[in-house]
Amino acid sequence: MSDSFMNDWVYTDIVKDHFMNPRNIWKREEHFEPDGVGEVGSLACGDQMRIGIQVKDDKIVKLRWLTYGCASAIASTSMMSEMATGMSLGEAYRITPDMVTKALGGLPEHKFHCSVLGDKALRAAIDDYLAKQGRENTLKTSVARVMCECKNVTDQAIETLVASGKVRTLKELQDLTGYGTGCGKCKQKIADYFYEMMHVHGKEVAEE
Amino acid sequence: MNRRSVYMDNNATTQMAPEVWQAMVAAKDLYGNASSMHGFGRVAAHAVSKAREQVATLLDCAPEAIYFTSGATESNNMVFNIARTLIDEGSRRNRIVTTKIEHPATIETVKYLKGLGYKIDELSVDATGLVDLGEVKAAMGDDVLLVSVMTGNNETGTIQPVREISELAHGCGALMHTDATQAIGKIPVDFKGWHIDYLSLSAHKFYGPKGIGVLACAKGAPLFPLLHGGHQEGGYRPGTYNNQAIVGLGVAAELARRNLGDEQQRLWQMREALRKGLVAAIPDVVVNGNNEHCLPGTLNMSFPRAEGESILLYLDLEGIAVSTGSACATGSLKPSYVLLAGGLDVELAHGSIRFSLGRYNTMDDVTYVVEKLPPIIERIRMMSTRQQ
Repeated sequence: MSDSFMNDWVYTDIVKDHFMNPRNIWKREEHFEPDGVGEVGSLACGDQMRIGIQVKDDKIVKLRWLTYGCASAIASTSMMSEMATGMSLGEAYRITPDMVTKALGGLPEHKFHCSVLGDKALRAAIDDYLAKQGRENTLKTSVARVMCECKNVTDQAIETLVASGKVRTLKELQDLTGYGTGCGKCKQKIADYFYEMMHVHGKEVAEE
Repeated sequence: MNRRSVYMDNNATTQMAPEVWQAMVAAKDLYGNASSMHGFGRVAAHAVSKAREQVATLLDCAPEAIYFTSGATESNNMVFNIARTLIDEGSRRNRIVTTKIEHPATIETVKYLKGLGYKIDELSVDATGLVDLGEVKAAMGDDVLLVSVMTGNNETGTIQPVREISELAHGCGALMHTDATQAIGKIPVDFKGWHIDYLSLSAHKFYGPKGIGVLACAKGAPLFPLLHGGHQEGGYRPGTYNNQAIVGLGVAAELARRNLGDEQQRLWQMREALRKGLVAAIPDVVVNGNNEHCLPGTLNMSFPRAEGESILLYLDLEGIAVSTGSACATGSLKPSYVLLAGGLDVELAHGSIRFSLGRYNTMDDVTYVVEKLPPIIERIRMMSTRQQ
């Protein structure tokens, strides 16, 4: 087979580069000592991610990661690890999947969900760092987005409810928060976000 | 550059045999409509009937049993449409029995029919992917109209006891269908001896062209058209004959029949060398499927702590083509339903790779894969959240 068919790979050249040469992998022999660790996802969902950070003067000086996942998950974590290194905790907390995907030159639509774990794991690592330091975590609320304006439901409230196992279906989420019972405009957006969070936190959606 | 190209995805599709495409090129002059009375039509019709005989010889059935379709997806749909029509016409038999591991062409048709209210039982399989005859027996009854069980599974390669299942089906007066798409050319498929009523196949799985297949229908088994619009194939499958593809299918069938014994042996030797080579070189490998009842070229393996799409793509970068049961490869979140039906752990299903060898693979290909895969798995495991 000619090499020309390798020029048309499934992902962009940047994804390919990060997939073939992933940066900042948490190698055992390195004996990396993290100041904070975050882990999200589950093997049942096909991807899981762990991130460790070393922090100095509220800056991420070193980041190491491990992932069980597909090429998109590997490349997006690798890209994110380069973006976050050197950032202040506040800056790093605001990294979104969109920013990572853009830096990768794009991902196919159906692979976008593979890139949503990295930033969550990073935030979890920063949360862990702040908790270990006994410091108040103001970052958490600073990035909260209101998703249902009528009932003032934030993305973080939804994520917390999902992560704690308090809601296992969309109906339970609505019963608890009242989302979508006002103008109803947020329904689809919140449903999408709910399923994304269930995936991120490795939860199975219960039968309604 | 030391890069090879190794195609080990023959269960997805095969390359055309040179004999096949040469025959198809030679058939370029057969542009006449095989249904026309003039000379152009008659030479085309002659070629079509020769191909029909070649397929019939392979299956050991009458040429009249062969209906050309666009492939096994259509053939399977035809069979379920026959059952549906009989039920709609008031047959007292109104239940269909099939399995959880059928090809999507069946699984999705079943899902559709179930949604319309038809009664369909989907039998489970054991850990090796084998249907349990006791369960088949228990599912039989005088309300069963059709039993549909595939001959060999496309993912695991597990071969079902079709002859025995057919006996049980007929024992209660039901019709028997088998989707033999993966088995043709790899193992003997005995349409007559197994008392099959309907059999589906696709040419492109055994070195023929894409877009052409067959529904073989035993004498006396009910038949209804899925498509309407012409008199071809007795009115049961209308549409102008695809002369070149049919010629290609005929030659592929002829080659399959001639090569069967040797090919079966050669594929199994390569498959076993690959299995043993990989098991020896990679720690913690799980072989999926049934090693005793397996299509000779199929090897399905799981690599714990490694995800299938990354394995597939690292192999792709080495020029090796395989497939995976991981969800990521399709963009869904659920891995292979076939592997899960056998009770395989979800993580192992995500980490599964199917190697499917074919006529044009060599022992060198096997050696190349055995050399390239171990460092890939090691690398993926090194960056995995799951450490030993």
